[in-house]
Amino acid sequence: MSNVPAELKYTKSHEWVSVEGDTATVGITDHAQDLLGDMVFIELPDVGASFEKGGDCAVVESVKAASDVYSPLSGEVVEVNEALADNPEAVNNEPYASWLFKLKMSDASQLDDMLDAETYSGVAADDSH
Amino acid sequence: MGKQTPLYDKHVVMGAKMVDFGGWDMPLRYGSQIEEHHQVRNDAGMFDVSHMSVVDFTGPDTRQFLRKVFANNVDRLTTPGKALYTCMLKPDGTILDDLIVYYMDENWFRVVFNASTHDKDLAWVKEQAKSFSAMEIIEPPNMAMIAVQGPNARAKVGAVFDEPVRSAIAALAPFTAAHFGDLFISRTGYTGEDGFEIILPAAQVNDVWRSLYGEGVKPIGLGARDSLRLEAGMNLYGSDMDETTSPLESGLGWTVAWEPEGRDFIGRAALEKIRSEGTTHKLVGLILEGKGVLRNHQKVIVKGQDGGEVTSGGFSPTLGKSIAFARISKEVSGTCKVEMRGQQMVATVVKLPFVRNGKSVQ
Repeated sequence: MSNVPAELKYTKSHEWVSVEGDTATVGITDHAQDLLGDMVFIELPDVGASFEKGGDCAVVESVKAASDVYSPLSGEVVEVNEALADNPEAVNNEPYASWLFKLKMSDASQLDDMLDAETYSGVAADDSH
Repeated sequence: MGKQTPLYDKHVVMGAKMVDFGGWDMPLRYGSQIEEHHQVRNDAGMFDVSHMSVVDFTGPDTRQFLRKVFANNVDRLTTPGKALYTCMLKPDGTILDDLIVYYMDENWFRVVFNASTHDKDLAWVKEQAKSFSAMEIIEPPNMAMIAVQGPNARAKVGAVFDEPVRSAIAALAPFTAAHFGDLFISRTGYTGEDGFEIILPAAQVNDVWRSLYGEGVKPIGLGARDSLRLEAGMNLYGSDMDETTSPLESGLGWTVAWEPEGRDFIGRAALEKIRSEGTTHKLVGLILEGKGVLRNHQKVIVKGQDGGEVTSGGFSPTLGKSIAFARISKEVSGTCKVEMRGQQMVATVVKLPFVRNGKSVQ
């Protein structure tokens, strides 16, 4: 069973979000990294770029496939995790510490539409079959 | 659910992610695919290849039969245990399968076919064998097969067998085999490293797997098997060649034995025609210069036009870059572009292999 921390929020497309003030930190879930396998390249958005909720904003490429990462929320990128460029396998080893980017949210009410850990666990379990 | 090898339960217990491969449930990886790759390049790893098909051809007509159905010439095999790599062709010169044939004795040749082609291969050889009455085609039942590969494979495989097998393993030359009753060991493989392929009764395979594990030989899945063979410049049937391509445009011209001219192997006339008219495409290696990973079927662009396609692509852990085989227009050299996720990326055209004896040769 993959790890799904209770304190985070999730999307059906396997992103996780943690919130501090009006800033959302975004990564991909343990389930997603396990499906994709060893990461070899990670393409991050530019700081200052704005995304709508659901817009494709990053690419994680593993030995198996390239996969788009969708912005879980609308907002502006305020920071990216540049350490991942040289160390993409960190996403495999520590998916919840290896965040991809931080967003300044433009509409915090969108958080209400995100999945809680229990609901996401169900999505991930269905997805494995 | 697919077919299971005798090691299926072991894979599950060892935490393997299982995938379908040619109708078989096979391990893709046990943990990190890249670590498995390095394990084979730096030490020793083992692969369950029990899905591959072992077929024995026996009887006085065998040599004549194999001279006819294989594009390489089994007359090169005269010493017991000697192995030969060859394609089996259709009359139009396209490839039914690639395989290794071993000379056991004058009345016994052993062939290892691919897993996914088993049914059509057997149907084909049985059809062709109708005019060879003094030959039998036998599939030894309940066999399993393990490949052990890597610079330390030789020492570690030797350690799990008793004499006289141990000494025979130590003395085995590359591309030869020895057998001891039901146990067959060849110094062959699909990784570009030293190593062995061991064919043995299914009832014994779990013990041998466990003993190898005890010697520090780690299990390796199909994912690393693919990146290892790609680095080593070895074709995969169904990706790099199939029933639409001949050996001459698959980098396998060297496996076609044109001499003696009188040997009328199946596909010869068609291949001679292709050779005299000249091929339009060749199989080459590509190294991607930027970030990203080359994938099967991506389009190759040469001078703004369709120049071919990637037949096998992936990430090379040894080079730290993406590499591929591509079938491209014959005149291309230097660089080309590959269409990847809506962008055209520059790739360098290189000779195969990418890696030899654990080191990049690029």
